[in-house]
Amino acid sequence: MNIHEYQAKALFEKFGVPVPKGAPAKTPEDFITALTELPDGPTMVKSQIHAGGRGKGTFTDGFKGGVKFCKTKHDAKEIAGKMLGNTLVTAQTGPAGRKVQTVYFTVASDIKKEYYLAILLDRTTSRPVIVASTEGGVEIEKVAHETPDKITKIFVDPAYGLADFQVRELIFQLGLTGAEAKNAGKLIRNLYTMFWETDAAMVEVNPLITTPTGEVLALDAKVSFDDNALFRHPDIVALRDLNEEDSKEIEASKYSLNYIALDGNIACLVNGAGLAMSTMDIIKHFGGTPANFLDVGGGATKEQVIAAFKIILGDPNVKGILVNIFGGIMDCNVIATGIVAAVKEVGLQLPLVVRLEGNNVAAGKATLAASGLKLVSGDTMADAAQKIVKLVA
Amino acid sequence: MAILITPQTKILIQGITGEFGARHTRLSLDYGTQVVAGVTPGKGGQFFEHGAHRVPIFNSVADAAKATGAAVSAIFVPPPFAADAILECTDAGIDLAVAITEGIPIKDMIRVKRAMEGRKTRLVGPNCPGMVCPGAGKDSYGGCRIGIAPGYINKQGHVGVVSRSGTLTYEAVFQLTTKGIGQSTTVGIGGDPVNGTSHLDVIKLFAADPETHGIILIGEIGGNAEVEAARWIKANCTKPVAGFIAGATAPAGRRMGHAGAIVGGAEDTAAAKIAVFKECGIEVAVTPSDMADALLRAAKAKGVTLS
Repeated sequence: MNIHEYQAKALFEKFGVPVPKGAPAKTPEDFITALTELPDGPTMVKSQIHAGGRGKGTFTDGFKGGVKFCKTKHDAKEIAGKMLGNTLVTAQTGPAGRKVQTVYFTVASDIKKEYYLAILLDRTTSRPVIVASTEGGVEIEKVAHETPDKITKIFVDPAYGLADFQVRELIFQLGLTGAEAKNAGKLIRNLYTMFWETDAAMVEVNPLITTPTGEVLALDAKVSFDDNALFRHPDIVALRDLNEEDSKEIEASKYSLNYIALDGNIACLVNGAGLAMSTMDIIKHFGGTPANFLDVGGGATKEQVIAAFKIILGDPNVKGILVNIFGGIMDCNVIATGIVAAVKEVGLQLPLVVRLEGNNVAAGKATLAASGLKLVSGDTMADAAQKIVKLVA
Repeated sequence: MAILITPQTKILIQGITGEFGARHTRLSLDYGTQVVAGVTPGKGGQFFEHGAHRVPIFNSVADAAKATGAAVSAIFVPPPFAADAILECTDAGIDLAVAITEGIPIKDMIRVKRAMEGRKTRLVGPNCPGMVCPGAGKDSYGGCRIGIAPGYINKQGHVGVVSRSGTLTYEAVFQLTTKGIGQSTTVGIGGDPVNGTSHLDVIKLFAADPETHGIILIGEIGGNAEVEAARWIKANCTKPVAGFIAGATAPAGRRMGHAGAIVGGAEDTAAAKIAVFKECGIEVAVTPSDMADALLRAAKAKGVTLS
């Protein structure tokens, strides 16, 4: 689960990670209230959406920049008015962009130098890793690729936690001394505590800055949480912003379906994530494009199959459907009955190819054949994929 | 024979009285698996009954292991309590703990994995379909089925299958069985970022097992476990190996930050993993329908008989 920058920074403050003073606003009426909390002088206005690349983004009405520097609070109020309710398109949002429903005002800090700091899970060692670099405020992938020696990684032993010598190592690598070193050390320790205590999946600060007065501040904040651990963090679940999520994905999650919209025209309905991924792959292999990832899970019911068809058909790009079920334990006939009921209920007009395999498959195929529905049967994954690609072409 | 388990292996089930655990215990018993004990704290002394089967239930893994001699456990405990269930196996000196549970917090698994370092218990999973060692009977009856995989699609034989994904494993096994090629053991290692036994661990066991003549290695995008296994195969394994990587068309960039990309390295895309497979002499399945055929091609090239 992702949260907004302003929410992440509130969490940072709670855990003692310094950030520039800021205040969010969700309506134009809130602008003045929010701005009165900030001192006079240079102010940043930041669009709050769950996607990166905001600064270089463009709004659909042509206004450029989702993050703006303003010399005065008066200017900030005006700029915020142009962002709020407007749709921002960045490199990470896709062409549709995201509607800005919250703007965040912050004090524009004096920057001495920018750094990069992140904490996440390292899969290879199964340990949290702290990643830091002297090259902040830029694309960190580029730094990792071109100058890997400028990136420091510290692996934390979960049995002991973050050790002081490791914090010192990070500070030495970042070249910090004096008050900066002291402040950075405290910030890193507190950020790690926040990462660990909140079951975060990733915390990224880019840039982390030093100021001419020796302060160290998190100028930006991207935080995501481990969905599996949300059950023990109701306070974090409360930060979820459904506006940032695909409405079809929300609907799917109500039926325990795992759905991700893509931009192709062949919808798929599959059981199991690995099989669902490879069903997308095989559609592409035979020249088609998948419209979605949809995993109905191990024990799909009739209700789930009906819900799945409705969600799939909510995508206007869909020109055909491929159902690929390997019924290892579940009865293929139950699935077949679900498909027939779903097709009849939604009045499906599009080409449908069904590949059923596994437990009680003969009865399942008989049910499909006797239904009178116009559907095509596929014997193997390859056969089914070729058939749907041809029907949609 | 096979790796880690045999058709005679005695297993215990943690969470045997839960709906999920009970359902799959019945299926394992029907398959002829030696389920000798169940564990549900507070229900010690009761029995899990299914047909003619009467499986004793214990309050703890240690009690169950001591009373029945079972050294392998299947864990069906709900996510909030699953990490504790794995640690209980470790403490009781269980040889093999297979965690089926999906949705365990990553932090719990980070701590469990650290706590298991240097201990004798091997963990398979979590979030995995488990393992099957097919039996000699009809539809491989009499095999050892630990977890949630369908038993009847297997056939006793000499191909080892290792995968992160459940249904994709069944797909591979089904293709093999349909072609008359049996399996020694299939191992589902699970899709979670922090898991116990890795692709490489299983590959090493298959390479050393005289009853395994060929291997199917099924992977996914993300991480570098498949790459690590492939490099080891190139240097150490003479058996024919076929590989498949799922997720070539999976959408990139569905994450907020970029830190994962630099930690994961450049080798975690499907294209990069497939390139490494080829470089390491692994026969790549072009589509998921091609997994068994790819192994047949690899076996033919090496002059190895699979059946």
